[in-house]
Amino acid sequence: MRNCSLRRTVVTGVGVVAPGGSTRKAFWKCLTEGRTATRRITLFDASTFRSQVAAECDFDPTQAGLSARDIRRSDRYVQFGLVAAAEALADSGLELDGPLLDRTGVVMGSAVGGTTALESEYVVLSDTGRDWLVDADYASPFLYHALVPSSLAADIAVRYGVHGPVQVISTGCTSGIDAIGYAHQLVQDGEADVVIAGAADSPLSPVTAASFDAIKATTPNNDAPERASRPFDRDRSGFVLGEGGAVLILEELEHARRRSAPIYCELTGYAARSNGFHMTGLRQDGVEMSLAIDDALRQARTNADEVSYICAHGSGTRQNDRHETAAFKRSLGHHAYQVPISSIKSMIGHSLGAIGAIEMAACALAVDGNTVPPTANWENRDPECDLDYVPNTARELPVEVALSVGSGFGGFQSAMIFARLRELAS
Amino acid sequence: MIRRAVVTGIGVVAPSGTSTDEHWATISAGESRLGPVSLFDASSYRTTIAGEVKGFSVEGKVDGRLLVQTDRWTHMGFQAAEQALADSSLDLSTVDPYAVSVVMASSSGGNQFGQRELQRLWSQPSRTVGAYQSIAWFYAATVGQLSIRHQAKGPNNVLVSESAGGLDSLAHAARSINRGVSVVLAGGIEAPLSPYALSCQLRTGWLSPRTDPRRAYLPFDTDAAGYVPGEGGVVFVVEDLEHALGRAAPTIYGEITGWGATHDGERAVNGLVGSPHQYARAMRLALERGETEPGDVHMVIPDALGVPGPDLVEATAINEVFGAKGVPVTSHKALTGRLYQGGAALDVTTGLLAMREQVIPGTAGPRRPAKGCELNFAQQTRASTVDSVMVGARGFGGYNSAVLLRRYANETAVVTGG
Repeated sequence: MRNCSLRRTVVTGVGVVAPGGSTRKAFWKCLTEGRTATRRITLFDASTFRSQVAAECDFDPTQAGLSARDIRRSDRYVQFGLVAAAEALADSGLELDGPLLDRTGVVMGSAVGGTTALESEYVVLSDTGRDWLVDADYASPFLYHALVPSSLAADIAVRYGVHGPVQVISTGCTSGIDAIGYAHQLVQDGEADVVIAGAADSPLSPVTAASFDAIKATTPNNDAPERASRPFDRDRSGFVLGEGGAVLILEELEHARRRSAPIYCELTGYAARSNGFHMTGLRQDGVEMSLAIDDALRQARTNADEVSYICAHGSGTRQNDRHETAAFKRSLGHHAYQVPISSIKSMIGHSLGAIGAIEMAACALAVDGNTVPPTANWENRDPECDLDYVPNTARELPVEVALSVGSGFGGFQSAMIFARLRELAS
Repeated sequence: MIRRAVVTGIGVVAPSGTSTDEHWATISAGESRLGPVSLFDASSYRTTIAGEVKGFSVEGKVDGRLLVQTDRWTHMGFQAAEQALADSSLDLSTVDPYAVSVVMASSSGGNQFGQRELQRLWSQPSRTVGAYQSIAWFYAATVGQLSIRHQAKGPNNVLVSESAGGLDSLAHAARSINRGVSVVLAGGIEAPLSPYALSCQLRTGWLSPRTDPRRAYLPFDTDAAGYVPGEGGVVFVVEDLEHALGRAAPTIYGEITGWGATHDGERAVNGLVGSPHQYARAMRLALERGETEPGDVHMVIPDALGVPGPDLVEATAINEVFGAKGVPVTSHKALTGRLYQGGAALDVTTGLLAMREQVIPGTAGPRRPAKGCELNFAQQTRASTVDSVMVGARGFGGYNSAVLLRRYANETAVVTGG
């Protein structure tokens, strides 16, 4: 696709709520230590399900700064979003006031929105599934907030009084990348100077577990929960559900420079394609993911061999691991065998729409810290997955260009590039 | 160079009709399509009437296996997309599939399907759901299915900003076209009529409790008592102008020349707060982008929530932008119900058809405008120059969006800019 703007987007703040660490620093420590945060599910009774493991956030909303009203009104995923946004804004040092409020937007992604609240309320209203004609009188006053995921971005917009474009993107498992991509386009096109962008999901509830059980997408490896998420490993057996949220402050470069903001990196390319093939199945050639990567690289004016790190989708299903391995080879050629590739889902699970934003947060921190997080639980080589997946131990190396990809139900494939800020050759 | 986005096909699946002609006839005649809910027994609920797409079914038109894997909401998407493509005479097999996108708005997903699976999960000891729950309920289901069905392999998107998203999808279609996509299936569809989804909606306190279809939903009226929900929506074929001209598209309904989105940035208290200024700013942004003066807009189609506070905010915003009684205003949501994301898309349809017909369709109310809501309502359907239409939409939680449509006149030299 075409480049149509000279306005550049940089990342000036990062906030994360993730399993294994509910702040940016704790998150990065968890990843760089190669620690896994997957465990037996505690948020609900999962004993009847095929897959009983997940990566849960140890999240105390009060301790995280939310008021009693926030907690009553907002489902868990919105709480993640509010807390991650607060951390990202504080990190950016941005003062949101005056005319800037009209030029500031919020774009958040979520794959399943208020599912958890919708399910727990449903159980009450339906008298545990007895009544088709559910009794509306038993509903929480905030039930409509749960039905419509627009609440996620609206709550953040209201918190900071912003008046720019606000949106919620829900493209399933690529929601996080696509939300940040949408925000990037708003900055490029001059529709906003600052966008609070990210994603949040809290899908850990019986209906989510049952849905993925039904198609055997999640791992049945319940005996060793901390080793259950095994992307690119020969013995992987499906993904491990997770939850969390991440928010980035995207800012137009000159705007960031004028206020001497700290700059993590530049968002140099974003592209998406769809496979038009199957709602859950993937063709093993990885063509559409590869085309998204190619387009993102072209926008970034970056050669394939300049990519320093790939933050993989790495969900830990066999078809995904092979699909994206093929895509990396198709786009990067020989360099695919040299570039370090890792899946942080090995440590913090797959939080559906949120994970794309969490992975972009990891990319920003990788560029900033010149460190690449590992793929945990990588023990046995799959002959079909023969690239460098950074097994088990983080690596320090210069990270000039980080590429992240996402792949999701519906056939969506997205790619995004974060690069160290540099002057463009004229 | 700016690539221009035009609408070349429309597919309507709405209470007002399942074709553009039927929709136009219904609203021109001011015929109400509200009635008692038939999809389930709603007599025990505080709201018992709705705008349904009566007799809707795609059985026989879509593979039976696919039908059981998808919700009524997606079925409506199948039919609307089919209709829009047929209307555009566009043969997608002649277009690079990676230059075809689907960008749709929905704010509640596959409600009937989801409730059925929740019931199965919670009422039976086996604690299971069917294999298709994972792909039928979630917000991206319809876009994913349309992408597969029509081999739309470009950048797809799903916008869920409640009722404003139907307009945002057109803005994003225009952005996508400007980035190189040739064709976008855009719009909004909603199927919010299941017992549980209705119960969720009732919690806002904004739904009308009245049972008389003619008195239930009265936007801007002294007697306004809330809105009536409806189902359905529209899929548009949005196309790069050069692409449309290159294939001699039979109809160019209009060009999407402007859009604006703002947020109130404050919480509504008892539904009575909202920001006329921010809503007005969304309309001004659309005018600015479309390089159009307020005086050159021939018709405004408002959000028309039918709740006194938000109605006053909207009327105030329209007056702020266009001057007191400065522009003809017409609304037909009172006839169809509020289709959420589908509603704004249906209003865009009305705007495009008004430009084609050069007719301003008369408004469905108010009979007695509330204080502060005395806009220049188009009382009767009448012939008029309609070259430019603004559509406004607001979403629960403070979203404001506006889209500016311009009639496409055959131009000898295509103007380029940017």
